[in-house]
Amino acid sequence: MLHVESATMDETLAQFDDRRANLIPILQEVQATYSYLPEDVLRRVSRKLKVPLPQVYQVATFYRCFSLKPRGKHVVQVCLGTACHVRGGTRILERVETETGLTDVGTTADLEFVVETVRCLGCCGLAPVMRVDRDVFASLEQSKVKSVLNRYRAGGLKRPARKGGSRG
Amino acid sequence: MADHIIPHITDLEALERYAIHGRASLYPERTKIMVGMATCGRAAGAEEVLEAVRESIEERHLDYAVAETGCIGWCSQEPLLDVWVPGRPRVTYGRVKPKQVREIIGSLPIPRTDLALAVMTGDDNPVTGRYHSYCNGDDGRVDGVPSYSDLPLFRRQLRIVMRNCGIVDPSSLEEYAARGGYRSLWHALFSRTPVEVLAEVLTSGLRGRGGAGFPTGRKWQAVRDAAGGPKYLICNADEGDPGAYMDRGVLEGDPHSVIEGMIIGGYAMGAHEGVIYVREEYPLAVARMSEAILQAERADLLGKNILDSGFSFHVSIAKGAGAFVCGEETALIASIEGRVGEPRPRPPYPSEKGLWGKPTCINNVETWATVPVIVSRGGEWFSHIGIGKSKGTKVFSLVGNVANTALIEVPMGTTLGDIVNEIGGGIPAGRICKAVQTGGPSGGCIPAEKLDIPVDYESLAQAGSIMGSGGMIVMDDRTCMVDIAKYFLGFLEDESCGKCFSCRVGTQRMKEIVTRIAAGKGREDDLRLLEDLAWLVQETSLCGLGNSAPNPVLSTLRYFRDEYLAHIRDHRCPAKVCKELITYSIDPAVCNGCGACVSLCSGKAILGEKKKLYRIEQAQCTKCGACLESCKFDAVLVN
Amino acid sequence: MVRLTLNGSPVEVEDGSTLLDAARLYGIPIPTLCHDDGLTPYGACRLCVVEVGVGKLVASCSTRAAEGMVVRTNSQWVDRARRLLLELYVATSPQSKRIQDLASAMGVRECRYEAQHEDCIQCGLCVRICNEQMMAGAIGFAGRGKSRHVSRPFEQTSELCRQCGACLYVCPVCELRCQAGTAETALCNGCLNFAPACFKTYDDAMCFLEPCHACELAGPFRADARTSLRAATTAR
Repeated sequence: MLHVESATMDETLAQFDDRRANLIPILQEVQATYSYLPEDVLRRVSRKLKVPLPQVYQVATFYRCFSLKPRGKHVVQVCLGTACHVRGGTRILERVETETGLTDVGTTADLEFVVETVRCLGCCGLAPVMRVDRDVFASLEQSKVKSVLNRYRAGGLKRPARKGGSRG
Repeated sequence: MADHIIPHITDLEALERYAIHGRASLYPERTKIMVGMATCGRAAGAEEVLEAVRESIEERHLDYAVAETGCIGWCSQEPLLDVWVPGRPRVTYGRVKPKQVREIIGSLPIPRTDLALAVMTGDDNPVTGRYHSYCNGDDGRVDGVPSYSDLPLFRRQLRIVMRNCGIVDPSSLEEYAARGGYRSLWHALFSRTPVEVLAEVLTSGLRGRGGAGFPTGRKWQAVRDAAGGPKYLICNADEGDPGAYMDRGVLEGDPHSVIEGMIIGGYAMGAHEGVIYVREEYPLAVARMSEAILQAERADLLGKNILDSGFSFHVSIAKGAGAFVCGEETALIASIEGRVGEPRPRPPYPSEKGLWGKPTCINNVETWATVPVIVSRGGEWFSHIGIGKSKGTKVFSLVGNVANTALIEVPMGTTLGDIVNEIGGGIPAGRICKAVQTGGPSGGCIPAEKLDIPVDYESLAQAGSIMGSGGMIVMDDRTCMVDIAKYFLGFLEDESCGKCFSCRVGTQRMKEIVTRIAAGKGREDDLRLLEDLAWLVQETSLCGLGNSAPNPVLSTLRYFRDEYLAHIRDHRCPAKVCKELITYSIDPAVCNGCGACVSLCSGKAILGEKKKLYRIEQAQCTKCGACLESCKFDAVLVN
Repeated sequence: MVRLTLNGSPVEVEDGSTLLDAARLYGIPIPTLCHDDGLTPYGACRLCVVEVGVGKLVASCSTRAAEGMVVRTNSQWVDRARRLLLELYVATSPQSKRIQDLASAMGVRECRYEAQHEDCIQCGLCVRICNEQMMAGAIGFAGRGKSRHVSRPFEQTSELCRQCGACLYVCPVCELRCQAGTAETALCNGCLNFAPACFKTYDDAMCFLEPCHACELAGPFRADARTSLRAATTAR
């Protein structure tokens, strides 16, 4: 995914008009489409909106939901909100890192998973919580982490697709 | 759902037609099964439950209605399933597993009371002030099942903001109308002048529910009086405080309440455009709100000529991009404008120079959702609820080490102790309450001895904390307060925008010092240094995030100083949390060699013989705590 | 015109003036690090704080003077804030002459933090001069919080950079302190030591830099030294 097809990029950008206020929505769309913000796309956005490149770069590096490097296929977000912390969230994060072979947050070598922390998914009543792609798992224990991750590994167990709710 | 009725609402009759349709689906003539499908419900497995419900009904060819609903607030019991036989009370089942669904549905029309959690005999409608009973004739009590009004979790609650959550289907404009929705808007547009509407809000004494508690009426007045235009309204749904999800509950459970509040506000202040800024970590809330906006537009409740009154108002959604600082109003505005979320100094305040440099009114989700009720019942009525200068109710997310983790709404002035012990059901697992944290990273920890304080803006500030957005995290004696201070500083260090030196460098240095203390490497003069730094960051930072960043440290130092000193002088963590100061071991007298801990040990540190005895090799131990979690015989000790 | 009280005296300034403008108009010195008269005010260094009313500190460079304000530029709180700030600045960039001079001028005599030797305090002067004066816009800030830094897009040399050197010129951390190479401690206090570096080797002041407070307070130009110097030259 290093070279971005110009045609798809055209389509994506054409949905938005050239107002500065569209900078973040455009970047969010690009992030959702490519799972990161490729350099040439950022340059195109800078030209389209007539916003100097350093400012586009500043916005791209300021907000946590943007990534300048390709992320792993499955996005694992371990919640480290206060309620989750008090109920063992850091231990869940460590367990996820152990299970994916990482020593810190980031993408696994096989690009299967990217492990991130998030400060609050809003499921505090059922802490500790973690999200993989669009599925949220609550009331976690260290012993359950492995089986949750296995569902997403290549060749993992087939599970019924979860419907509805999250934005497409 | 309502494709067949003529959408445009141009008179009260048309609104009433919506309401009639809404009543028909809200209180149908046939049995209705409801499943809580907000984010926490889904996280607990509600989607599988809903599927099982649909399958069960199809199997038996039953003519039952199936509906999704939002958060009723009983989070610890999710997934929640409700069975509603016409003329009978609504029966709630908690922690429902898909395989139980068949039994529950199979027993109808007589509900299975042995599996039931509670029954609801009717609902209150704060917009109309009327109570609607579900039961024909009798009081609806069911033997052996408590009713909601008896339960400690619910009986003290006064649901104004959460009025429709868990009752209506959030994707139904009709059901919102059936509950009195958009009637306040009608009343405002046709029976009141903008000045009169503003006066009601002023009289009510409503204060911003986002945390600062600024009198809403005064803010509206400032925006109304401000020179220049166009004027904007913003709904701050960034809800960045970890542990707080009140706004999510409202956005997912009753999005129209926010829309109605904003249109009324626009009318009062002379603004015709609104933006709802929702954090991107809430995709379901964004989806529900988008849907609600489309519905309102189709019904002429939003757009060029609302309800044929001549007043126009448009609302759009802007999504956050993962920055806590964007909950700060000037940073939020910068984000909508396509810039980084760096706060700017105030004055000028957004009411004078806000979005695009124009007068802007920013209010929190709860604040907007309260407005329709104030308009229909009057500001005077609202001002009678609450205590002192804190009027009305407040929604709290009661979470952490408490039995009933829940989203609750209580009148201001309810004591913290009552919230934790009565409503929350106290501390589980036989542990004791140590502190309650309020106000998120800008707030502080209130120790157990002070739980008798009333929850209001002034009392919480006096105790060294703040009301904040409503996150209330209960901490038991297994929580280390130094660890909590370290946690919050780590959060603030990441989330600081980084522009001003005091906040950026100050929080980093404070975190360094507290981390040292937590690891047992603290020095005697560290506390003095910490206090100096805390003062500096509080007094010289550019924005509210910086000004309040030291609060967690200051409040833990104030109430739990001896815990800090134990770490520094005795190299001991009294709560047995700080990794560098604890060791895990297996009690040879208790261990029966079951081996449950061995496979989970992340450091492969557990050695021994199955069915005989195991021990922990300290050099390999990573202190992950999985052994403690998995041992069913209490053989693992923490020293 | 706006009327306010500045350090006890009633003063008048033009509409739109900042408190920093007002202080300078009346000859009251306020230390700054991120301010430059030719660039837009930034408000990042916090050194220019003054007390408005009782107990409220605001950055004077970015606060507009308002009718009836009571401002003090040298109260105890302001003093404390500046000293604590400079202690942190010294720890952040001990190699900077500007920062060391400011610290000594404020009488900062201890630095309780470990030296970090950062070469950037994020005052934003380089970014602003590049954007506003040199009209190149080649550099900007990136990241947030701990990871915020001045950078070029994608951390690569920018095509927009004309290598004018304005960023180096305006940077307050670039110029090294007197003991630059031989520094043992974070806090220099050269000015307050009674042995300015050059005097170890030479009989007379030999640095051709703008004399820092060392020479004024403790070195060859101090009051008692001048007397003996005069005596020595007269004797010659």
